[in-house]
Amino acid sequence: MADHKTNKDQRYDRQLRLWGDHGQEALENAHVCLVNAAASGTEILKNLVLPGIGAFTIVDGHRVSGEDVGNNFFLSSDSVGKNRAQATTELLQELNTDVSGNFVEENPDRLLDNDPEFFHRFSLVIAVQLEESTCLRLGSVLWNAAVPFLVCRTYGLVGYMRLVVREHTVVESHPDNALEDLRLDQPFPELTNHITSYDLDNMEKKDHSHTPWVIIVAKYLQKWCREHDFQLPRNYKEKEAFRQLLREGIRKNENGTPEEEENFDEAIKNVNTALNPSKVCVSVEDLFNAEQCENITSQSPAFWVMVRAVRDFVQAEGRGSLPVRGTIPDMIADSDKFISLQNVYRERALQDAAAVSRHVESHLQAVGKVCIWGTLHMWNAAFLRVVHCRALVEEYGVDTVHKDEITSCMDNPDSEMVLYLMLRSVDCFYQQHSRYPGVYNYQVEDDIVRLKLCVHSLLQEYGLTVNVKDDYVHEFCRYGAAEPHTVAAFMGGAAAQEAIKLITHQFVPFNNTFIYNAMAQTSATFQL
Amino acid sequence: MLRAGCRMALDVGSSGDWDGRWRHVQKFLERSGPFTHPDFEPSEETLQFLLETCKILVIGAGGLGCELLKNLALSGFRHIHVVDMDTIDVSNLNRQFLFRSKDVGHPKAEVAADFINSRVPGCHVVPHFKKIQEFDESFYRQFHIIVCGLDSIIARRWMNGMLLSLLVYDDGVLDPSSIIPLIDGGTEGFKGNARVILPGMTACIDCTLELYPPQINFPMCTIASMPRLPEHCIEYARILQWPKEKPFGDGVALDGDNPEHIHWVFQKSLERAAEFNIIGVTYRLTQGVVKRIIPAVASTNAVIAAACATEVFKIATSAYVPLNNYLVFNDVDGLYTYTFEAERKENCSACSQVPQKLQFPPSAKLQEVLEYLTENASLQMKSPAITATLEGKNKTLYLQTVASIEEKTRPNLCKTLKELGLADGQELAVADVTTPQTVLFKLNFTS
Repeated sequence: MADHKTNKDQRYDRQLRLWGDHGQEALENAHVCLVNAAASGTEILKNLVLPGIGAFTIVDGHRVSGEDVGNNFFLSSDSVGKNRAQATTELLQELNTDVSGNFVEENPDRLLDNDPEFFHRFSLVIAVQLEESTCLRLGSVLWNAAVPFLVCRTYGLVGYMRLVVREHTVVESHPDNALEDLRLDQPFPELTNHITSYDLDNMEKKDHSHTPWVIIVAKYLQKWCREHDFQLPRNYKEKEAFRQLLREGIRKNENGTPEEEENFDEAIKNVNTALNPSKVCVSVEDLFNAEQCENITSQSPAFWVMVRAVRDFVQAEGRGSLPVRGTIPDMIADSDKFISLQNVYRERALQDAAAVSRHVESHLQAVGKVCIWGTLHMWNAAFLRVVHCRALVEEYGVDTVHKDEITSCMDNPDSEMVLYLMLRSVDCFYQQHSRYPGVYNYQVEDDIVRLKLCVHSLLQEYGLTVNVKDDYVHEFCRYGAAEPHTVAAFMGGAAAQEAIKLITHQFVPFNNTFIYNAMAQTSATFQL
Repeated sequence: MLRAGCRMALDVGSSGDWDGRWRHVQKFLERSGPFTHPDFEPSEETLQFLLETCKILVIGAGGLGCELLKNLALSGFRHIHVVDMDTIDVSNLNRQFLFRSKDVGHPKAEVAADFINSRVPGCHVVPHFKKIQEFDESFYRQFHIIVCGLDSIIARRWMNGMLLSLLVYDDGVLDPSSIIPLIDGGTEGFKGNARVILPGMTACIDCTLELYPPQINFPMCTIASMPRLPEHCIEYARILQWPKEKPFGDGVALDGDNPEHIHWVFQKSLERAAEFNIIGVTYRLTQGVVKRIIPAVASTNAVIAAACATEVFKIATSAYVPLNNYLVFNDVDGLYTYTFEAERKENCSACSQVPQKLQFPPSAKLQEVLEYLTENASLQMKSPAITATLEGKNKTLYLQTVASIEEKTRPNLCKTLKELGLADGQELAVADVTTPQTVLFKLNFTS
């Protein structure tokens, strides 16, 4: 048993360093449904099976064609004629024996007719290369069941992804460039006491040069405030003056030349960081103002109970500030001084976390529920996020379409938005002709004219006064609904990572439409 | 031919192809379009070129390499060589999907080639379980396009230098037929990049060396006497205690892949941490620091390798204008891409033909020259060997990579350039792992 765990630890080591054991656990408890085992779909699944998703189920009624085998790595030459869900499941399953692979040899339309609740069991449903009508039907079922839905397609050299989820909570966003939480503008009592314990002027040289820059800045800020009516340095001029103050604090040798004190250099470099206001960031404020935060009921998800508890903390013990984060960056200092400073922040963070817990407890008691800590392992108040992605029906609705977004993007007629409009147009074409344009060589020329009519009727239906260049109409006929493997592989990677974000509640997913242009190697995200 | 009793067998023609196999690809080769490359002409022959003639070299059979091989094979490329000097490790299995548990310990290139060749009929991947440096120009010259999925900047620079050395100039004019396009991909966690390099024409790896910041190593005084982070404790055990205590015998080097070695380092790090009240030393962190582990997932590798393979396809077929020339990708927060044209550096030490200068006073010691070569952001050499022509003879001033020569030439480091007999305007030839060709520097004395 211990051996198997170590083996899994080894196998997944490189990814555990990104989403941790708790993220991995979430992944292993997830069951994902893929509708259509086209190349785009199997590439997505590959990137979920390899990291150890708990289970997948493929729904596909198609029989494997020669064309399918040509662009799909998870079909072999003896797959032709077999059901595509079954054939691909075998070769995907083989990638990782920890994963449970299942298939349903059925057309999604039939499932929606006979057993729409089939889809309710999944953590996430991913549909690729799905016709518009079925996609909208499925979208509706999943929206009502609050099951996240990720639509993905490869159309020639264009990739498309659409995320449909009512409310997705992000417990750990892991921002790339988070600001430090040092509280130098509003030191908490323990920090102030710690700073007071330092007597910079009377220290030995060695201690002076190895005092953490945070202490140095704090000390000099106290000095500055005394001389400036308790106002912190506010603008560039004042910050420069403050830096000069720090510079003057550097010890000088017998000749009056400043010694080398790297910790002071660090202090000077970090003045801006130090003076970052310790206020609640906008994204967290938005969470505090949300209706779900205001009304905690027995149905409230753990995330919102947590947000409410943090808000309560901010209004009470925090006196307007979030719980202290508790980590500090490395800085030049001797071990003792650094560790004791770090402990001041760490202990405060623990106290604040305990206060938040008490608020959580009191809300839970009030609604008659038990402790939910098991479901929210790591959190950092400043990094909580929520994402809302509109329903498909709103994107497609004539009254609810995001006209302004589309029109303003199309100010640049070569914006990726034109690719979105073309995808919508080929879907119109499909509706009218039961096929996509330009599939066969002889169709290309005539279909250009037909597709152009579809473009016009689409623009007219939505009242969009934009110019779609003829070149794009021609290009989309040229594509003939091809699914080149390299574009499918790109989307496979992109979509799989979004799926992992949804399952682990770590990192922030896109909102809500992603377009990839493989011709120019560019991409864009739109909210539609 | 249909065999009785089966659903529908593949009609495999003499070329090994079945009906519709390349239909997804053919639409881009046999149809004209408004965005194609100016040189593009629709033809059925382009597919034949891919299948029968075009030769691609894939460097690396790891996270990017496995994806690249699959992508190329399913795009019609059949003549592919792959070079990788590594064997398979269990920690590769979360993303290097051509490998299974039973393959652990076997050469990556060979297992990858076998898998592709059996899954994609007609594809012929030739593996090379070797270092890239073991091949010379005659090997590299045979390829139409080279695509790299390396995990080392040194190796990239070497490959870059090799392709630059293949360039032929007629009367100062570059012969385009001597250019072998280099597509380079790299990933780290959720970030990645893909670039197209036309040696001699567009920005090369060394032109943009500053985009790769030098690896940060902790200062020795921190490690030795002032640890603050768990990482400092681990480095103490690795750099100072291991050589001193030789826990597994004389001359036994620390092997990051040996769990016993890591365990020793882990225990020692815990002891060190306890001494200084530092928390946070874990086995996972220990391994990460010792092996300089970079986190990796399947998805980022899939994205970058796909972008690279798309470029290989474009260049091989002229189907579209290739990426010009650098794509950056990051999906930590939504999905972010940025595409730009990296510019050639006027005095690039690798690809410009501008003579490199070294400016030092004659009283400067050779040690200072050595430090400049390694620390300068545009050069970032690893262990340069410096030679000069003195009194008509080629003299090695300093060489680090062979112990006996290092010992012999070490005293030169403390000598001044004047003492070494070097003159103003003298040429110094510098060799280094970052380039297959010696770099010539002109020494200018400053007063």
